[in-house]
Amino acid sequence: MERVKHMRVKNHPILGVQPETKPVLIKFDGELVEALEGEPIAAALLAAGKTVFRYTRKRKEPRGVYCAIGRCTDCMMIVDGVPNVRTCVTPVRAGMKVETQHGLGELKGAEHDHD
Amino acid sequence: MTLEQTGVLSREELAKLPGMPSEERMRRGPVVVIECGQEIPCNPCEALCRQGAISVGDPITNLPVLDEDKCTGCGLCIAGCPGQAIFVVDMTYSEQEATVAMPYEFLPLPEKGQVVEGLDREGRAICSGRVVKVVNPKAFDRTPVVTVAVPQDCAMSVRNIAWQKQR
Amino acid sequence: MTTTEFAVVGGGPAGLSAAIEAARAGVQVLLIDENERPGGQLFKQIHKFFGSKAQRAGVRGIDIGTQLLGEVEANGVQVWLNSVVWGLFSERTVGVIHERKNYSVEAAKVLLATGAMENPLAFPGWTLPGVMGGGAIQTLVNVHRVLPGKRVLMVGSGNVGLIVSYQLLQAGAEVVGVVEALPKVGGYGVHASKLRRQGVPIWTRRTIKAAEGNGKVERAITVALDEHWKEVPGTEQVLNVDVICLALGLTPLAELAWMAGCKFDYIPALGGHVPVHDADMQTTVPGIYVAGDVSGIEEASTAMEEGRLAGIAVAQSLGKLGAEEARKKKEEIYAGLEELRSGPFGEARRNAKETVHARAER
Repeated sequence: MERVKHMRVKNHPILGVQPETKPVLIKFDGELVEALEGEPIAAALLAAGKTVFRYTRKRKEPRGVYCAIGRCTDCMMIVDGVPNVRTCVTPVRAGMKVETQHGLGELKGAEHDHD
Repeated sequence: MTLEQTGVLSREELAKLPGMPSEERMRRGPVVVIECGQEIPCNPCEALCRQGAISVGDPITNLPVLDEDKCTGCGLCIAGCPGQAIFVVDMTYSEQEATVAMPYEFLPLPEKGQVVEGLDREGRAICSGRVVKVVNPKAFDRTPVVTVAVPQDCAMSVRNIAWQKQR
Repeated sequence: MTTTEFAVVGGGPAGLSAAIEAARAGVQVLLIDENERPGGQLFKQIHKFFGSKAQRAGVRGIDIGTQLLGEVEANGVQVWLNSVVWGLFSERTVGVIHERKNYSVEAAKVLLATGAMENPLAFPGWTLPGVMGGGAIQTLVNVHRVLPGKRVLMVGSGNVGLIVSYQLLQAGAEVVGVVEALPKVGGYGVHASKLRRQGVPIWTRRTIKAAEGNGKVERAITVALDEHWKEVPGTEQVLNVDVICLALGLTPLAELAWMAGCKFDYIPALGGHVPVHDADMQTTVPGIYVAGDVSGIEEASTAMEEGRLAGIAVAQSLGKLGAEEARKKKEEIYAGLEELRSGPFGEARRNAKETVHARAER
């Protein structure tokens, strides 16, 4: 049986051949990443071999994808300037700017305390 | 070591299955081997057999019972078993060889003529074999059936195949 | 203010089935789902289902999902997608955020079909990227067609662990093995056999001890357990993997039932705290029903049957179905559920459900 050479499953015994979808370019920490139209940001990043999406506030530990259905908050990143975006349930858009989030993120215009 | 302990049916468990054909029947021609040994609610095999050779009845947790005289070895039931537990063995394929038809839901699909290793129920290569038929009709709903020719004494052990793919 | 006769929270197999039955009887139905597409877990189940023909045995979960969606549309069910139900109040007011606005939907009847969440397991290194749930892997691989890694250790040999392992092989990943803390395989023998004949080992009485790696999973350390569930020193094994999949059971997502004041009971065989419900799926709060995994962890087939039951019960209570017609439909479903809850794998669930139903009658 075929072992994976790349992370996208282009041909699958049950799902068939992946339908042609428009490639979309997004930026991840300044680096251009090719995504497929309509897929969640997290899928595009995993397909590109990126596994760390954010770092925790206190111990600065890496987090990636855990539940993949928008419930656990592991995959949150800053998307087009907005923090805490659940990348596993947010579809990509051409030109989207995705950044590794450090800590809890800051909402513009919000006043709050930092430890 | 039992199915429950290892995930593999032991020789003793296999021998007791009501879906197991007799040696005498196997010497007469192709026949189904239903390796279904746990009572779970499931009965597609019964309706799939056009000869009425498979009975599950009521309750549907009954193990499928084979009427080996009704079975023609046509293999229509192989693709329809959700547990992929059904095979067709033909001990009369040739003097030396028997064939084993198995469900195969992987890519790439082998081609007719492909030389392969025959793997047993634990995934161990136990013999060399040759693919003689691959069918994948729409009615099988994406469960292709691959038939492989192996030495006769391996026919009741080979349940999977492997080969080196060209990159 | 928005009103509806029947608000269904959750568009998985249970919710869809309930919506279809109720709509067929002429009930006005509003189906609400937080995802951009309903179907719940069905669109990740690329394998053929078990059961009987009436329960769509032999059909792949993905195709059952498409069939149900078609029936929902054909029956004129109103569907709100990308909509989060954040509250349920005892008089059956449903708080929903839909198209960026907050709604209070007044419903004559409510069904909670919100499913379940995966159980975590904390061990050193469990937060490293690369550790994820079985459902997560199914979503990434079967829906988004992306592999989270190349070499996977599966923790848990229940049906989810066994099925997801097989699906990983189909997608081209390598499953180095399955660890199972129990001394036996947790799921169906046939699922285990499919893996074993692909050469995937199933190690019983073994569990995950730690995950290691520089910023992500690079190694998994497993260890043997004795009969008292204690680690056996010196039996550690190091496996080079980049994904550790946790398939350790599910727990009902029943917060809305808590909010509404439904009575609960703790039933381990059904996954933990379940909202008490009668044989027609009604909770202890009149007009609030539950169906599917939220009412007790079982399978997609039982979820569909319970959803149908709830839909019929609601239609009857709204006067849209006569007593005799409702009784006949329900009898057929009770029989189907009993069938699905039989055999060595189903008995514990059948007994557990009977206990729950009895508690509701009191």
